[in-house]
Amino acid sequence: MTTPRDDRGRSPDYSPLNWLLLLPIVIPLLPPLFNAVEPRLFGIPLFYWLQLAFIILGVTTTTLVYRATRRNR
Amino acid sequence: MKTTEIVIFTILFLAVSGLGFVAARWRRPDDLASLNEWGLGGRSFGSWITWFLIGGDLYTAYTFVAVPALIFGAGAMGFYAVPYTVVVYPMVMLVLVRLWSVSHVHNLVTPADFVRVRFGSPTLALLVAITGIVATMPYIALQLVGIEAVLKTMGLTGDLPLIIAFAILAAYTYQSGLRAPALIAFVKDSLIYVVILVAIIYIPAKLGGMGSVFDAAKAKFDAAGSGGITLNANNQLQYVTLAFGSALALFLYPHSVTGILASRNRNVIKRNMSALPAYSLLLGLIALLGYMAIAAGITPIGKDNNTIVPRLFDAMFPDWFAGVAFAAVGIGALVPAAIMSIAAANLFSRNIYKEYVNRNATPAQEATVSKVASLVVKVGAVLCILLIDPQFSIDLQLIGGVIILQTLPSVGLGLYTRWFHRGGLIAGWAAGMAAGMLLLYNIANPATNHAHFGGSAFPLSQLGFDTKITVYAGFLALIVNLVVAVLGTVVARALKSADGPDGTRPGDYFADQGDPRVHELETTAPAS
Repeated sequence: MTTPRDDRGRSPDYSPLNWLLLLPIVIPLLPPLFNAVEPRLFGIPLFYWLQLAFIILGVTTTTLVYRATRRNR
Repeated sequence: MKTTEIVIFTILFLAVSGLGFVAARWRRPDDLASLNEWGLGGRSFGSWITWFLIGGDLYTAYTFVAVPALIFGAGAMGFYAVPYTVVVYPMVMLVLVRLWSVSHVHNLVTPADFVRVRFGSPTLALLVAITGIVATMPYIALQLVGIEAVLKTMGLTGDLPLIIAFAILAAYTYQSGLRAPALIAFVKDSLIYVVILVAIIYIPAKLGGMGSVFDAAKAKFDAAGSGGITLNANNQLQYVTLAFGSALALFLYPHSVTGILASRNRNVIKRNMSALPAYSLLLGLIALLGYMAIAAGITPIGKDNNTIVPRLFDAMFPDWFAGVAFAAVGIGALVPAAIMSIAAANLFSRNIYKEYVNRNATPAQEATVSKVASLVVKVGAVLCILLIDPQFSIDLQLIGGVIILQTLPSVGLGLYTRWFHRGGLIAGWAAGMAAGMLLLYNIANPATNHAHFGGSAFPLSQLGFDTKITVYAGFLALIVNLVVAVLGTVVARALKSADGPDGTRPGDYFADQGDPRVHELETTAPAS
């Protein structure tokens, strides 16, 4: 038996962890953080390796939120 | 003519096309004669297939060719593609599961379907549908630009090879629907991953390491007096608004929605939003090929910077591996082109044919109309390339991104709020479109000899500001759209203008597979 979720009140999708998703949205959009050549990593300027590293930030956050809000059946 | 390359390219291309035809029998649908089966693959795709499908859909052959070309020509600015694909997934993670739920409850196939049921306005739905079709067409044409760049490099000139490639694509999309690109995407991505990993290790090693690659690029930009390996004070806002605006636009494109709706349940979508950035890493590495081309002294064929990556592969790799790399780009064009044409065709059959021509269309009739429309769309795309300057398709694609963004208030915000009045949304759409066109019209590009539509970077000085800062035109147009939509809604409410009925209930946005509200999809039942 499944009972339909209540249509009123707090959204069933709500989780305080959702706010974490703001990090990988805001941080990659702040040029002062990455707009420089030094320090280099394996010869690659900061501009490139740090922005590639933001991918890891994105994956980590979205994975965390996905795991916390996954619905088990 | 480069025989070895051409032979390898042809063998791989044909093998993959064979897969496309076989795909009709994959996952054994009882009947392909409905949009749920033909256009959405039965709405049954799990995490892996969805990953390849959406990935194959968003990271297109044109991306692989054009992003390095942009880096080659302008430097750091071209790297915007990386933050763009980083911010997009967390941004849409929660939004798209809502779209999935409401689409399943109400059996929706396109973003315009959603607008129709949410705002009860056939007019607004028609505008969204037309915007989607117009924005998608040049995008398909650009996939051909990708194939063309490869063919050119192999010495195959003339239009015939291009026409043959697209005829094959059209035939198996017609037969297998969304199952074809879903199956081919596996092969496409495996090839691309192999090629890029080899390229990113092998080419810098031959050029003396990544450090010297960047030094060579810096020397080139310093000598040219334009571009650079980092941003300057004037293009940082453009970089950020372009990345952010493109991310907002990405999942408004009908073909991305198609990929999302084809997945089995909400978890599949959420898991994919956390796994898809693996492609961004690939994209970042591909972008750097532009600098490697500079360091290797590669020159484009004619003035066509899109040939930079194929030329680099041709110069660096042994012939047989260059053939594999070219096939990867060529096949990479087929997957998105197929999905895009399916999405555009679904918009036509659902929101134009069924709404305005034949209200009582059966699912089988809808599917037939979509199949034929997908052929028409592809013929149109080929004509775009053959009859007009490819540069013009690139301009059109630029406009496409700006106009698809104008559906954000009704589609994107509509998933969260029913506050807007349909009149306000229509006024906002019109204002955003007009503003977008006006801004793009006033962007000149001396480098390509364009007085108008020369790019997406709008100089704020044209608005009377004393600055050299530029900003993404689509972003400004979206702001105009939102302001007008809000004002229009307030005015419409004050005038007590009739609003359309909302056909959705709050709970529809949370329904999941197995939920009593998600009815079993019937492939033969007549539409209500």
